Amino acid sequence: MKWFTALRRRPIAGYAAVVIALALVGVAYAALSPGAGTAEAAAAQDASQQDIAKGKQIFDQTCATCHGLNGEGTKTGPSLIGVGAAAVDFQVSTGRMPAMNPGAQMPRKKPVIKGEQVNQLAAYVASLGGGPAVPSSEESDPTHGNVRLGSQLFMANCAQCHNFAGSGGALTQGKYAPPLDQSTPTQIYEAMLTGPQSMPVFNDSTLKPDQKRAVIAYVTQTRDEVNPGGNGLGRIGPVSEGLVGWLAGIGLLILAAMWITARQRERND
Amino acid sequence: MTDDNDITPNGDEPNGAEPNGTGNGHRRPRRVIGTPAPAESHRLLEKDIEREIEAEDDIERAGIHPRPEKSARRAEKIVALFFTLAFLGSVAFVVAYWVLGVHSPEKTRISNMGLGISLTVILLAIACGAVVWVRRIMPEYEVVQERHPLASTPEEKKAFARYFYANAEDSGFAKRPLVRRTMMLAMAPLALLPIVLLRDTGPMPKSRLRHTVWKQGTRLVIDGTNAPIKAAEFDSPGSIITVIPEGYEDNLDELAKATVLLIRMRPEELELPADKQNWTVDGIIAYSKICTHVGCPAALYEQQTHHILCPCHQSTFDARRAAKVIFGPAGHPLPMLPITVDDEGYLVAQSDFHEPVGPSFWERGSTQT
Repeated sequence: MKWFTALRRRPIAGYAAVVIALALVGVAYAALSPGAGTAEAAAAQDASQQDIAKGKQIFDQTCATCHGLNGEGTKTGPSLIGVGAAAVDFQVSTGRMPAMNPGAQMPRKKPVIKGEQVNQLAAYVASLGGGPAVPSSEESDPTHGNVRLGSQLFMANCAQCHNFAGSGGALTQGKYAPPLDQSTPTQIYEAMLTGPQSMPVFNDSTLKPDQKRAVIAYVTQTRDEVNPGGNGLGRIGPVSEGLVGWLAGIGLLILAAMWITARQRERND
Repeated sequence: MTDDNDITPNGDEPNGAEPNGTGNGHRRPRRVIGTPAPAESHRLLEKDIEREIEAEDDIERAGIHPRPEKSARRAEKIVALFFTLAFLGSVAFVVAYWVLGVHSPEKTRISNMGLGISLTVILLAIACGAVVWVRRIMPEYEVVQERHPLASTPEEKKAFARYFYANAEDSGFAKRPLVRRTMMLAMAPLALLPIVLLRDTGPMPKSRLRHTVWKQGTRLVIDGTNAPIKAAEFDSPGSIITVIPEGYEDNLDELAKATVLLIRMRPEELELPADKQNWTVDGIIAYSKICTHVGCPAALYEQQTHHILCPCHQSTFDARRAAKVIFGPAGHPLPMLPITVDDEGYLVAQSDFHEPVGPSFWERGSTQT
């Protein structure tokens, strides 16, 4: 570590430490702050025989390896019989499927199958054994939702995993509940309806469609709310504020104090 | 230091509290105990004068390195710039206060930001100016601080011992045991008195920790909508919903104990002990939502693993096996609420919980293994 000590004693080291600290804070912020959401309207429509045929083609190419040639499931992927069009639309439109690795936690990523192909695939999987259909855009329209009721339902049934502001949180053994900042109203509806991965199911007879719409209204409105205190820091509560306060704030203060009281070199002039 | 007599009398003694101080330069008032000793002289001032003289003579004293005049002049301008900036910040603060109103939340936000930023500029500029002043204009000091042993000298120790024993002897502490013992008797209970006051921390909870408002036939209603649930409608495996006892929807005191997490899984997935087999309805099972560790709402249910996780300290319960603790600090399984269906098909409680809900307490007693 001699080279490090030598480096540390150089006059530029103090400035470098400040710059590195600032850069670290910046990178941490960039990693924590969500990107822009992509709006995507997946309209459900009647599945024609042609759609089902095209859907089977896509299924055979991209899904059958894990889910079996007839969607019956294999060791690496669950059976898709009875999961319905809503589950397919959710998994594919959020980019979770087709998956890169099989496992309990599928990260959201850029969708591979898009637009009309999603509907064709959903039509094919629905033809295997029914299941919940993709909700209409009217059913998931947050502008018609009761935000107050939505907040009550969200606090009682969703906030424990997804955080009170929909910022997500940790589960057991490395799994996590994802943040809801990029989810479209249709995707939120489908997630409640089908219970993807670790998430429990909230079927339409337990949580009625208008109650689901209320939850969607709460989630989307919370997202749009301004942060009166400045940057929301990912909205994961006092943890992030404390972290920034301690690491960035107090860290910079310590560096400043060290610089102010540092012994200056003799000036030989 | 403790001896007053060796302090040289000084006519300029600034002790105004002493009425005899004026007109009698040679009479020194006795020092009042607890006040600092008067300064020996006005050496400080003299030193300042000396320093000026020395600076004029351009003699560098040991350990004090003056800054080169050229860089000090440049720094002077920088300091002045910072202090002027601080002044402008004050102007901006006042302007922001008057111009930016607080008539709506949005305007208040902007006003707060304006005030905050200008205050930041003021304080930061003053601080920066002061730092540049110290580092670039004031001379650099090398201070040598000598350290001496803290222990007293043998003479002082001996004197103290002599003084202590002489006084102990005079007081009769050793010679008169009656005084000594009754004094101890008087003192000892004083420390115990606060313990008696602990009784005021509240009445004993009696059996209230052991019971909730659930009783036979109470319907389970959804928290938020207050709608009762039919077992036939809560039929998707992997479902959960938070439920509360009907009739107590707004009674937060009671709900703090009575809130329940209702889970539906495939009946064949359940592995319940024999005495709890009939506490469920077709794979629907009800657990207290209050963690048995310190009472956080434990409701992070993973439908694939059937784990219920408490977010506070990661206690994990297995929902398939009567909420057995499989990880974390919780000491008991989550209590199970026995449920059944009524004539109309709605889910109802069979009875209250059979054990206290929530965190353990001293007299709780053990539960089943």
